[in-house]
Amino acid sequence: MFAEEWAVFPGHYAGHLTLSFAAILSGLLVSVPLGIRAAGDARLAGPVLGFASVVQTIPGIALLALMVPVMGGRIGFWPAYAALALYSVLPILRNTIVGLQGVDADLREAALGVGMTARQRLMQVDLPLAAPVIVAGLRTASVWVVGAATLSTPVGAESLGNYIFQGLQTRNWGAVLFGCLVSAALALALDQVIRLFELSAARRARRLAIAGIGGLGLILAPLLTQLSGPRAAGPQDRSFVGEVEPLSGRTVTLAAKAFTEQYILADLISRPLEARGARIDVREGLGSAVAFNALISGEIDMSVDYTGTIWATIMKREDVPPRAVMYSETSAWLWENHGILAYAPLGFENAYAYAVTRETAREYGLETVGDLSDKPLTVASDPEFFGRPEWTRTRDIYGLSGLKTRGMDSTFMYEAIASGEVDVITAYTTDGRIDAYDLVLLDEPAGALPPYDAFILVSAEAAKDRALLEALEPLRHAISSDLMRAANGRVDLERQRVREAADWLWLQITGSD
Amino acid sequence: MLLSARDLTKRFGDVTAVCGVSFSLEAGETLALIGASGCGKTTTLKLLNRLIEPDAGEVRLGGEEAHQLPAHEWRRRIGYVIQSAGLFPHMSVAANVAVTPRLLGWEDDRIARRTRRLLELVGLPAQAFGTRRPEALSGGQAQRVGLARALAGEPEIVLMDEPFSALDPLTKDQLIEDVAHLRAELGFAAVMVTHDFSEALRFADRIAVMQAGRVIQAGTARELIARPADAAVEALLEAPRRTAESVSAAFASP
Ligand SMILES: Nc1ncnc2c1ncn2[C@@H]1O[C@H](COP(=O)(O)OP(=O)(O)OP(=O)(O)O)[C@@H](O)[C@H]1O
Ligand SMILES: [Mg+2]
Repeated sequence: MFAEEWAVFPGHYAGHLTLSFAAILSGLLVSVPLGIRAAGDARLAGPVLGFASVVQTIPGIALLALMVPVMGGRIGFWPAYAALALYSVLPILRNTIVGLQGVDADLREAALGVGMTARQRLMQVDLPLAAPVIVAGLRTASVWVVGAATLSTPVGAESLGNYIFQGLQTRNWGAVLFGCLVSAALALALDQVIRLFELSAARRARRLAIAGIGGLGLILAPLLTQLSGPRAAGPQDRSFVGEVEPLSGRTVTLAAKAFTEQYILADLISRPLEARGARIDVREGLGSAVAFNALISGEIDMSVDYTGTIWATIMKREDVPPRAVMYSETSAWLWENHGILAYAPLGFENAYAYAVTRETAREYGLETVGDLSDKPLTVASDPEFFGRPEWTRTRDIYGLSGLKTRGMDSTFMYEAIASGEVDVITAYTTDGRIDAYDLVLLDEPAGALPPYDAFILVSAEAAKDRALLEALEPLRHAISSDLMRAANGRVDLERQRVREAADWLWLQITGSD
Repeated sequence: MLLSARDLTKRFGDVTAVCGVSFSLEAGETLALIGASGCGKTTTLKLLNRLIEPDAGEVRLGGEEAHQLPAHEWRRRIGYVIQSAGLFPHMSVAANVAVTPRLLGWEDDRIARRTRRLLELVGLPAQAFGTRRPEALSGGQAQRVGLARALAGEPEIVLMDEPFSALDPLTKDQLIEDVAHLRAELGFAAVMVTHDFSEALRFADRIAVMQAGRVIQAGTARELIARPADAAVEALLEAPRRTAESVSAAFASP
């Protein structure tokens, strides 16, 4: 069981542990001294606690995403670390202040009375008496941080969240479960280890301390498997004997946004690059804006994006030109403004389309989007869709304001339409589930929905590397919408692994493995 | 002269807690500060060991002025006992007693000897009580440990703020006796704050009566009883006098 998951475990686990430990330790190093100062200074305590509480109300995933622009577009370890460290501050800080303020005033006076200096009182009376409260804060922080660290995947830091994000998008519930179980186990184990150390200190029991060290050893043990030998040898290390390796020694960082197609394409693009000797680092599960900013900053060498996405969310254009015009205009804009090379169209489009079940289409006589007007139907899409011009434009052009709208994760939309819970969904045209659920895509004659041609974007820096660009040549115009949809279907419906689907797709493109 | 306070004054905002208080103490002598609640007794005591800094006036101990030393060094020379005992709950009884000697940097076996001796003197033998936590002590036992802690650094003077007032009458009585023995043994001077005239009478060589931040009369108990300086002092003596009369009447006629 979980064979596939174990193969990538060392990297995910090590990433998760490093992030969590670094964040908790930093939180501790900042919070305790700050808490000590604030506990003795009411003017400081208010604002400091206020700030920390505000940080805490920011949802974890938003705080992590925010750290990317705050750190100038950096992705990976540092923004994740910064956000998690901030996150760990509040519980420790609050408990330090509360714990210190809770020390009996008579005792504090007695400490001075017996001749302690302020510092001696702090070390010998205040901190020991506040310690249980501070440690409780530390335990809370460590549970939070280990949990929240699963959210660092979208900002490009490897963690146990990789299982969860990829699993959610590729509907691999086993991977989701695995990621959750391991991170929960880690959180509980860390909590218990801290507790053991606390008890051993309070009771001066060496046995408990030894148990704590043992527990810590167990937590760290999986890292050893990673140290012993190079990263799990897998298809990534495939080497082609006898071929020239113009990219050897180069590491190419690929972005994969958080959906099936992106995972497959990242795997696919790795192949010609690896064949030329490049080492591939895939940052998977990235948010769209995060991926684009990382491309600008050069932290990502390559990503697959879509003309319509760049057009609307990056260029902030609201008009909808024809497909070819949009392609050339986005390419030119990216090159002129960011030096990003729109290398080549992959050949397929992944656009929004309104989809209904064959039954619904028949019942209401639906052929075009306009036919939806004034029907008592509910349309579901991902929550951001209803805030986008795509929606407002189609709504206004086709008179859809009478429809009920429901935001939901795209993973669940298909079940919802199959069960009749909703009537219309916005499907991605390359989604393998369109065929599987026997959905009908409604015509959209006015061209209100923008085209979404998939293209490979190469960062300014990476674009200088001719060998890199040459490696991508086999992918130019290589994937039709049908092919992409079939590959997606293999993962989403047939439950194949991303790698298997990519193998299949590669075979279709090149006729060889 | 061991200790002298001259013109001590302390204001908290508009409240003048202590106003021009002066007194002195010879080595081994005991003084009781007595007076109504809020009259400035505790404040006066804390001015002596610099837990509160005076707005005016000075304190001298053995010829040295308080501010010639850092506050913590000054306090290590002066024992301090408070009503709630104030034992450190995370330390054993022995460790509590050993606190000031440790701060003074004594050698370990000197600390151990001193701790054992003091616990013995206050009636809590180290082998039975030394390793206990303060939470496992009765109120009277805790107060004894507090006393031992105050005396551990071999101070020439001990300040006691209502040390007995949280105890039941029998325990209180026993403790007053014990302090008398300790004084005979160790020979320290003491300033004790109390509300209770009979307690002051038994404990102290001299009594200073305070009112609204001032010492309105100081002298031996006999002098106070014979020549109360004003109506306030007289009022203070009234209750103990009546108690004494009814008690002696009760003992006289069975
Ligand atoms: N830290 C403080 N801030 C403000 N006012 C204070 C402070 N400490 C004492 N006072 C005031 O100074 C006056 C004297 O207080 P003090 O504690 O010395 O009285 P006391 O004689 O010990 O009373 P009690 O017998 O009730 O213990 C009181 O009016 C009190 O309210
Ligand atoms: Mg008082």
